[in-house]
Amino acid sequence: MSQSHRLETGGVLVDRTRQIKFLFDGKSYSGHPGDTLASALLANGVKLVNRSYKYHRPRGVVSSGPEEPNALVNLGNAGTHEPNIRMTQIELHDGLDATSQNRFPSLEADVGVLNAAASRFYPAGFYYKTFIHPRHAWKYFWEPVIRRIAGLGKAPTHADSAQYEHTYAFCDVLIAGGGVAGLIAAKAAGEAGARVILAEQTERLGGRLLVDDDAEIDGKSARVWLEETIAALEAMDNVTIRLRTCCSAAYDHNYCLLYERSGDRGEAAQVRHRLWRVRTGRVIAATGMIERPIAFNYNDLPGVMLASAVRDYVKLWGVSPGEKTVVYTTNDDGYRTALALAEAGCTVRAILDSRREPDGPLVGAARALGLEIRPNTGIGKAKAKRNKLASIETVDFDNPEAPGTTIECDCVAMSNGWSPVVHLYSHSGGKAMWDEEAVMYRPDPANPPRGRDAEAMVHVAGGAHGALTTDAVVAQAAAVAAEVLAELGMGGTAAVPDVSATAETPTHPVWVTPSAGKAALGGKHFLDFQNDVTVADVALAAREGYESVEHAKRYTTLGMATDQGKLSNINGHAILGKTLGKTMAEVGTTTFRPPYTPISFGSIAGRETGNLFKPVRETALHGWHAARGGDWEPVGDWRRPYRYQQGSEDRDTSIHRECLRVRNTVGVLDASTLGKIIVKGPDAAKFLDMMYTNMMSTLKPGKCRYGLMNNENGFLMDDGVVVRLDEETFLCHTTSGGADNIHGWFEEWLQTEWFDLKVYTANVTEQFTQIAVAGPKARDLLNSLDSDIDFNALPFMSMAEGTLAGCPVRAFRISFTGELSFEFATPVSFGLALWEVLHAKAEELGGGTYGTEAQHILRAEKGFVVIGDETDGTVTAHDVGMGWAVSKKKEDFIGKRAMERSDLTRPDRKQLVGLMTEDPTEVLPDGAHGVEGGKAIGHVTSTYFSPTLKRSIAMALINGGQGRFGEVIEVSTAKNKTARAVICDPVFYDKKGERQDV
Amino acid sequence: MLLIDCPCCGVSGEETEFAPGGEAHIVRFGPGSSDAEFSSYLFDRKNPRGVHFERWRHAFGCGKWFHMARSTQTLEVFGVYKADVTTPPQDILDRVEAAKAEGRVK
Amino acid sequence: MSEVDMSLARPLLEGVSDTGAGGLKLSVQPLRGMVTLRADLSEASVAAAVKAAVGSDMPGVRKATDTALWMSPDELMLLMPYGEAADAVAVLTEKLSGVHHLAVDVSDARTLFRLEGSAAREVLAKGAPVDLARDKFAVGDLRRTRISHVAAAFWQSGDGPDVFEILCFRSYAKYLWEWLEESSREGSMPGVL
Repeated sequence: MSQSHRLETGGVLVDRTRQIKFLFDGKSYSGHPGDTLASALLANGVKLVNRSYKYHRPRGVVSSGPEEPNALVNLGNAGTHEPNIRMTQIELHDGLDATSQNRFPSLEADVGVLNAAASRFYPAGFYYKTFIHPRHAWKYFWEPVIRRIAGLGKAPTHADSAQYEHTYAFCDVLIAGGGVAGLIAAKAAGEAGARVILAEQTERLGGRLLVDDDAEIDGKSARVWLEETIAALEAMDNVTIRLRTCCSAAYDHNYCLLYERSGDRGEAAQVRHRLWRVRTGRVIAATGMIERPIAFNYNDLPGVMLASAVRDYVKLWGVSPGEKTVVYTTNDDGYRTALALAEAGCTVRAILDSRREPDGPLVGAARALGLEIRPNTGIGKAKAKRNKLASIETVDFDNPEAPGTTIECDCVAMSNGWSPVVHLYSHSGGKAMWDEEAVMYRPDPANPPRGRDAEAMVHVAGGAHGALTTDAVVAQAAAVAAEVLAELGMGGTAAVPDVSATAETPTHPVWVTPSAGKAALGGKHFLDFQNDVTVADVALAAREGYESVEHAKRYTTLGMATDQGKLSNINGHAILGKTLGKTMAEVGTTTFRPPYTPISFGSIAGRETGNLFKPVRETALHGWHAARGGDWEPVGDWRRPYRYQQGSEDRDTSIHRECLRVRNTVGVLDASTLGKIIVKGPDAAKFLDMMYTNMMSTLKPGKCRYGLMNNENGFLMDDGVVVRLDEETFLCHTTSGGADNIHGWFEEWLQTEWFDLKVYTANVTEQFTQIAVAGPKARDLLNSLDSDIDFNALPFMSMAEGTLAGCPVRAFRISFTGELSFEFATPVSFGLALWEVLHAKAEELGGGTYGTEAQHILRAEKGFVVIGDETDGTVTAHDVGMGWAVSKKKEDFIGKRAMERSDLTRPDRKQLVGLMTEDPTEVLPDGAHGVEGGKAIGHVTSTYFSPTLKRSIAMALINGGQGRFGEVIEVSTAKNKTARAVICDPVFYDKKGERQDV
Repeated sequence: MLLIDCPCCGVSGEETEFAPGGEAHIVRFGPGSSDAEFSSYLFDRKNPRGVHFERWRHAFGCGKWFHMARSTQTLEVFGVYKADVTTPPQDILDRVEAAKAEGRVK
Repeated sequence: MSEVDMSLARPLLEGVSDTGAGGLKLSVQPLRGMVTLRADLSEASVAAAVKAAVGSDMPGVRKATDTALWMSPDELMLLMPYGEAADAVAVLTEKLSGVHHLAVDVSDARTLFRLEGSAAREVLAKGAPVDLARDKFAVGDLRRTRISHVAAAFWQSGDGPDVFEILCFRSYAKYLWEWLEESSREGSMPGVL
């Protein structure tokens, strides 16, 4: 199809010398560089572009910008597919491939339109009223059905192939909007030397000045002034201009998000979207205004558009949205559209004006051209032919029942006045106030969003402040810029350009056009186009008691579509007020929340996808483990080898092999993730006495002690071996993943409570590779290596420093397996070398590696607790049978007072016990409940098949369990199934501890 | 997102560099204290809608704990001060009083 | 008597990437000796000990010299050739005898990167919430912060305004390397710093 609706001349944005081919619903069209998808489709005479959400009504383009509620498309394919993109913001590019949404099988013949036939059964609150009974029908029947027929675009099925970026940025003044007001502010701030970022959501600067160029600024035509001003800004090093960049949000303490769509034009861009995280001294919101539609019967037909959009298409893109247009306006500005159409050679059938006596220069200009003006007249009804507007019927405001005249037309340009875009002012708590005279919500200067020092952090310039004409916009923007610069201490007298603009007379808004007969109730007088909310719906909500604007919004879904009510809210709130007999000020507004327009998920994720989604911490031996069948257990951010697979063996086979290896020969384990914190100072011992339940001050240098750590609630939070390196220096081991927390915990007490103690700490976790060598042949292994440490003489729970196989080491004689065991800490750079030697020697002795799961089984056989398995933040040392580690001599330690609370000394608390199932092959489920008389009496905390004992074992916390050894209880294993298990000592193996102390 | 000045290293950094630590100036009660005293220490928090004296740690920065006086309602910050004091400094209290007088906080 | 065999010490991560935007070069630096010193930095004895150990004057708040980094009001990171940290600790211990302090060899706990090129600031600004404008962050300045999810310190070494040294915990080094490399891609800079 050729560009049948492209005008002969005009279109300052399009480059007519070049053609661009694109696809819409699989059909090929052509447009020009500079077009949006919306302008290009209109140029091709395509008016039906979508189906509405609820009734599947045919819809066309309404606007020319981000406020567009109707013209949403699926864009791209596979890895580039993105749903719900506004055509009015898609720049045309080669290869563009868009499909319409919410229709089946096609836009022209959509079966969902049956919804519309039944629309009287879909009143406000329909979903709430209808699907509440029976309850389960919602999940299994109604929701799937509704999801299929309603809904917007298709969710992507492929991974996004594009690149997204984040960046932090800092400035003195962030200006949102590159229209006249934004340019005035940017120039003033730039000249004052401020660091300025100017963000403009479209690809062009100038805003409405590009279209409404009837003003003169500083004696120059609007166009010349614009070119000069842009050139001046571009020459300033301290001013950053970003096009295609929307200031999406203004958060607390002057933190703003910019959403930059820099790579949305088809070419293989390195960056598709970039999210800017900006901290600014002040925000100047020069975000302009959005024109309001008018509610009339069937005002949603394709061809009914905002008057400003109609003139945008004519003047910016050289496109005629209609051959024959009726302008329906409540103000002077609508006449600009009539004039633009006439100038472009299009037919203006009539100008319907809600006012009784329209007057002023613009009205006069229309009269002079001989355009027909009908005062006190509106559109009573629009009529369609083949899904498109075909004619309208006029209505006399004084006599709605009287038959009107029918005017054939394919386009209605409606203008109901303008609403300032107050979003950025409101995101962080600024209030909007109703201005009865100007008929708009505008920023309330008495209630700005306040920053860290209670300063007004967002200032509003130009149209967003309520200035309607170019002279008012320029004067107001210059004043605001001066005010902001003065506040920042950067001067404060911006020159105010001299402007001569066309005068305008006040608007006379129409919240609902009266209709005759049934339509008088406001059915099919659409407010929210995307969500199909009508005047009748809002009125019904009010009558049903949804008087608060926030309630009415949720009940009717007014303003809840992807456009967030940019076109519908004010009209809807007016209807609510009218029904309730309240003023606009009394009705108020709903809350404006960021983002201003939807932003892509990709931009939120930035680079942090795939391997960069979240850091993984790797030990020095990670690659070695991976190469030898290690599969991973996440421990905090760390990855630890869970087991080492040989051949195709299953998990249990690997794990059991590794367990028996440690019990029978010797195993080596990568224990590097254990936390290691140095605590040093004259008061170190005193401090650690406070931090641990045990007495640490009595520990001798060179000795190790297992320590327990409480929080102030008296519950266990960490454990580990403490080593006294010298009189003033301790090395505290923490759980894997606990190092940062415990280091922070130590520092918290030292900095905030006992800041008089002379203690320094350092987290040296990452300095060392730590390797456990465990098993009856551990000493044989070590004695076969070159070392200056006498492993025969090193007593249990002792430490020695020296070298082992050429590596500097600290050797600890400690055991978490119950076997003869040593742990070695060597600087990370030596880690692999030491590990390889130890592993080779272990293999020579018939042993080898063991992973974390074997470690867990081995310790469970010994009844050793794991913080986080046996404990859950509500478990005390006494609960797990470790009262022996709680000092009775110390006057105070963290959690001591709490452990005296009556609840923590109850004899019937859950206590740690062993469980042995009567069927030795049955392994209880982890977390399974012990049950007695139908009530839970505790739960399983660790459960394994023990290869050493050749039977299942479990640890459990059972009410009063330590007094119930020998009793048999039922443990719930599945729905209506239990297993019988006997309560026993949690130490299943080597109860006297003879194997580790040899 | 809050912008926080660390009084220990002088950085003016965004909230993500810091970790919150709850109400400040809570007196620790240990062994020998009554149940009521201990309960107040462990559990009772003011959680005000308004001026809050709170603890923060410059977790990604210098690692130091410090105090901040902030309105939980408007997020106005009245000042930051070091951790090794048991009461807020007078100049910050003065700023809080001024904000109250101007009706910004209760 | 067995001895330490220094040839066994191997860095975990090595590499140079110079495919980034505008001649950006990212490299893992060879092993360096590092010592954490915690002490009252206002004490003259501490300044003297630092001078004796690594030859540096006491760095100012959030400043870096060639061999001493200001990490915290009571903490420095001292730099020296790998394998000489123990000697430095010995000097500090001797000079600070009787002065409350903590000096510990942490040479293996961290990985040091170097990022150089005119776009280096913009790479860091993608993940660090720090104002990196040339007049706000200059030679000798140091900042501890986060880069993406990773705690890190970076500073401008004496080698010029486009050269950054970046330090992070060793277990996070692979992540940070990949993050820096990804963020250095040609065509991905905002172009404002």
